[in-house]
Amino acid sequence: MTTKAFQKIYTKISQITKATCSLKATGVGYDELAMIDGRLAQVVKIDGDEVTLQVFQGTGGIPTNAEVVFMGKAPSLKVSDQLAGRFFNAYGDPIDGGPEVDGIEVEIGGPSVNPVRRKQPSELIATGIAGIDLNNTLVSGQKIPFFADPDQPFNQVMATVAMRAKADKIILGGMGMTNDDYLYFKNVFSNAGALDRIISFMNTTEDPAVERLLIPDMSLTAAEYFAVQKNEKVLVLLSDMTSYADALAIVSNRMDQIPSKDSMPGSLYSDLAKIYEKAVQFPSGGSITIIAVTTLSGGDITHAVPDNTGYITEGQLFLRKDSDVGKVVVDPFRSLSRLKQLVNGKKTRKDHPQVMNAAVRLYSDASNAKTKVENGFDLTDYDERALAFSKDYANQLLAIDVNLDTTEMLDVAWGLFAKYFRPEEVNIKAELVEQFWPKD
Amino acid sequence: MATKGIVSGVIANMVTLKVDGPVAQNEICFIETGGDRLMSEVIKVVGENVYVQVFESTRGLKVGAPAEFAGHMLEVTLGPGMLSHNYDGLQNDLDKMTGVFLKRGEYTYPLDNDRLWHFEPIVKAGDKVISSTWLGKVEENFQPLKIMAPFSLKGEYTVKSIVAEGDYRVIDTVAVLVGPEGDEIQVNMIQKWPVKVAMTNYKEKPRPFKLLETGVRSIDTLNPIVEGGTGFIPGPFGTGKTVLQHAISKQAEADIVIIAACGERANEVVEIFTEFPELDDPHTGRKLMERTIIIANTSNMPVAAREASVYTAMTLAEYYRSMGLRVLLMADSTSRWAQALREMSNRMEELPGPDAFPMDISSIIANFYGRAGFVYLNNGEPGSITFIGTVSPAGGNLKEPVTENTKKVARCFYALEQERADRKRYPAINPIDSYSKYIEYPEFDEYISEHINSEWLPKVNELKTRLLRGKEISEQINILGDDGVPVDYHVTFWKAELIDFIVLQQDAFDAIDAVTPLERQESIVNKVIEICRSEFSFDGFLEVIEFFKKVINLMKQMNYCEFKSDKYNGFEAELENMLAERRTVK
Repeated sequence: MTTKAFQKIYTKISQITKATCSLKATGVGYDELAMIDGRLAQVVKIDGDEVTLQVFQGTGGIPTNAEVVFMGKAPSLKVSDQLAGRFFNAYGDPIDGGPEVDGIEVEIGGPSVNPVRRKQPSELIATGIAGIDLNNTLVSGQKIPFFADPDQPFNQVMATVAMRAKADKIILGGMGMTNDDYLYFKNVFSNAGALDRIISFMNTTEDPAVERLLIPDMSLTAAEYFAVQKNEKVLVLLSDMTSYADALAIVSNRMDQIPSKDSMPGSLYSDLAKIYEKAVQFPSGGSITIIAVTTLSGGDITHAVPDNTGYITEGQLFLRKDSDVGKVVVDPFRSLSRLKQLVNGKKTRKDHPQVMNAAVRLYSDASNAKTKVENGFDLTDYDERALAFSKDYANQLLAIDVNLDTTEMLDVAWGLFAKYFRPEEVNIKAELVEQFWPKD
Repeated sequence: MATKGIVSGVIANMVTLKVDGPVAQNEICFIETGGDRLMSEVIKVVGENVYVQVFESTRGLKVGAPAEFAGHMLEVTLGPGMLSHNYDGLQNDLDKMTGVFLKRGEYTYPLDNDRLWHFEPIVKAGDKVISSTWLGKVEENFQPLKIMAPFSLKGEYTVKSIVAEGDYRVIDTVAVLVGPEGDEIQVNMIQKWPVKVAMTNYKEKPRPFKLLETGVRSIDTLNPIVEGGTGFIPGPFGTGKTVLQHAISKQAEADIVIIAACGERANEVVEIFTEFPELDDPHTGRKLMERTIIIANTSNMPVAAREASVYTAMTLAEYYRSMGLRVLLMADSTSRWAQALREMSNRMEELPGPDAFPMDISSIIANFYGRAGFVYLNNGEPGSITFIGTVSPAGGNLKEPVTENTKKVARCFYALEQERADRKRYPAINPIDSYSKYIEYPEFDEYISEHINSEWLPKVNELKTRLLRGKEISEQINILGDDGVPVDYHVTFWKAELIDFIVLQQDAFDAIDAVTPLERQESIVNKVIEICRSEFSFDGFLEVIEFFKKVINLMKQMNYCEFKSDKYNGFEAELENMLAERRTVK
C-alpha cells in the first residue's frame, strides 16, 4: 500500500510500547489504518488529539520521528471472483507471486446478518469419516472446532474434510501455522486439483503474532462475498484459534487492560463470537460453514479459550489416540454436533439416530467393563462381548482413516451388533431391528 | 433545548463527549458520524466529560463529531401489536429492517401505527383512575390486552371522556383524563417506559404459591417453580441448557412468553423462528408463536445492546403483568449480560471485583431478579412474571461470581451436570444438588394439598431421599464390587435407578414424553413409589438387575404411550403381573 498525494504526514511519536505507538493527530477515525515507517497500524484509542495505534508487525526499530500517514479507511479487502485460487498474507496482499486482485473494496469485520434473514441449516456435509458423519454429522452453515492437543493430526483431518466436502469454495485462514503445515495444505489442495477453489490467508509462525488478528476477518469477508453475491457454499477453515486468542491477549496486555480468566481479555467471548457467528445459511442457498481448530493444553477444556469457544460453536470434535487399536479416533463421548438432529434420519436413512445412540451406548458399556478389569473385578459374558465390539467399532468406524458413505456406515454398525449381541441387547426400536438386523 | 456534545475520545464502544448543558445518568444520546446516527447511553459523568456506551460499532468515528442528547433514558414503546414479533435488544423490529445485514444506525419502530384494534371501554366518564388503571381492552392473538392509564400518571384523575366501542389505531386518542388541577391528558394506546426502572404499579407483592406447570417432570415433580417465581439454570456447554429452556418456553402454562436471547447463538433464535409458528400451545391449542415475543441480541450483535436486551425483555414482561396476565420470561444467558457489564467496566478503568467483574454485579443481578414476581394489581387482579435465567459458568465451575450471586436471589436452582449429560441422562438436572425453595413455603403446601393432594409433598421428599441413598450405595458398589455388598444394596440402588429413569429422564424430542401433564406426573409418581415401597425376593444380584431393567423398560414404554391408551394399559398389565410374581409383602 502506498501513500497518496496531499496526505498529512506526522513525524512526532510521543509514546512507543512493544505493540503500540501514540502521537498527536487530528481528524482520525476509530479503527482507521495508518502506515508508520512502512508498517501497517490501526487506531485503537483516541483521546482528544492523542491517537494510539496498534502496530501489527511490532514496534521494534520505529524511531520517534518516524513518518506516520493515516489512510482514512479501516482494514479492507478487494473482493471479486479473482480471489479464487490465490494465496494472501494477513493484509490481503498476494504472496503467490501473482498480480493484485481487482475488485470492490470492502471493509473487513463488517456488520452481522440480521437473525430473521437466516435460514435454519438443513444440508448435510458428508466427510466419509464415520466418527463425524455417523456420530456427529456436520451441517452446512454450522460452526464447529476440533479440540485437539498440538500433537494430534487435526490439520490432516481438516484437509481431508475440506477435500471431501462438496464446497464451492474453501477458504483457509492460517494463524500461527507452521510453514510445514502451510506447505502440507498447499500440497493436498494442488494434488487434489482443487487449487482453483481455494483461497488462503496465511500468517505463519514466522510472521508477527499481532498480524493474525486480521486473518479471520479477511477470510470471512472473502467468504461473505461468495456466499452472498454468488450464492455459493463456502467452507472456511481456521487454524488455529488458540493462536488468535493469544494475539488478542498480547494486545490487551499492551493496552493495560485488566485480564480476566487465564490472562485472556474480558472481551474474549465477544471477540470469538464475532468470528464464529459469521457461519450462516442464507435462504438463497449460499452458506458459510466454519471448521476451526482450538489447540488444547493437555486436553484441558476448562481453559478460557476452549471454554468460551464451546459456548459459541455448535459442538466440538475431539480427536483421541485409541490405545486398543493404535489409531486416532473421533472420541464419541466428548464430541458433539449440535445440529446433527436437523439431518440425522431426515437426510440420512431413518435408522441413523437409533443406530448411532445404540453403538455409543455399547461402546460406553465397554468402557465400564474396562474399569472393572482395572479394578480387578470379574467380567460377565456381556462385558467380554462389549469389549470385543468396542475394538471392532473403533477400528471400522471411529478411526479417522475411514472413508464410507453414511448408508455403508449404518450397515457396518448393524453387522457389528449382530456379531456380538442379541437384538434385545441393543435397545433399538423393534420395527428397525426387524428391517435392518442382518439375516443369515 | 436539548443538550449537545462533541466527541473527544473513543476506545472501542466507549466514547467521551464534551457537553454544553445538563445530562442525566443513563440518558440516551445520538452521535452523528458519516451519515449514521449512533444510539448511546450515558454511563459516567466527570465534570464536562460525559462517558457514553455506544450500542453500535464506532468504526470511523472522529473527534469533533456532534452529538445530541434525547432528554430521556433508554425506553421501550409499549402497546398492542408486539406479540409474535422479533425485536433486537433495543426493541427494533428485526423484520422491518431492510437488507441481509444489520445496518448501523438503522432503528425501526416496534409497533404498527396503521393497524386497527377493536377497543372496548372498561371505564366510563366520571370514573376515577390512577396510573395503570384499565381503561379498556383490545384483543391480540386471542389474548385479552388492556389499555391502561399512563404509567407516568401522578395522583388521581377523572375520566372526562372515553370513546365508544369500535376500531381504533394505537395513535388514536381513546380517552381524555382530567387532573386535580384541571389539567387534561389525551390517552392513546401507546405507553413509554424506561427499561432500567422497575414498574411498581401494583398493590402488593405476596410470596408466590401457585404451581407453574412446565410438563418437565424433574421440575414440576421434584423442584417445582411457581407463578411469579424465579429460577436459574447453570450448566457447562453441551449439557442441554438451551433444549431445557426451549422445552419450558414451549410447554409452560403461561399467557405470554418472552424469550431474551442474550449473547447466544443466532441459529438458536432461528430455531425458534422456524419451529414456534408450527407448534401448538399445549394449553390453548393455538400456535406457540402467537403468545411469544423474541428479544434477540445474539453474540455477534453489539455488546452494549446485549446489556439493554434483558432490561427490554423485563419491561415488556412488566407491561403484560400490569394487564393481569401470567408472563414467563426466559433469559439465555445472564452470564453474557454480566460479561457485557465487565467489558464496559474494564474500559472505564473501574477497580475490578472477583474475576474482573464490576464490584456491584451482585446488586445488579439481585435488582433484576427482584423485578419478577406475583402481584395483586390495584384492582385486586393477580398478575405474574416468572423469570428463569440460564448461567454459563466459565469452565463449568459453579464457584464464579455470576453463579454465586444468582444463587443468592433465585429461588429455584436447576444444576445441569456434565456427568449426567455424558451418560445421556436428559434433562441433565442433578436431582440432589438442585432445589426449589418454594417447596418449603406453607402457602405452596396449602395450594398443593388443595389442587393435587396432601400426600404429594411427602412422596416427593421420599423420592429425593431414595435418590440420595441410591447415589451413596452406587459409590459403595463401585468400591467393593457387585459381590462385595448384600443383595439388599442392589435393590435399593435399582429403586433409585427406577426413579431416575422413569421420573427424571424425559425425552424432549418425543412428542408424548416431552410434555407430561400434572395428572400424569401424579400417576407416574404413585406407581414408582408403590414399587419402591414393595419388597421383592431375589436370588443374587444378577436377578435384581434383570428384574429392574425389565420394570424400567416397561415403564419407559408407558411413558412413550398416550396416557391410558390400550397400548399403555397393555404395558401396565404386563408390569403388574411381573411385580406380583416377585412381590413378597405388599
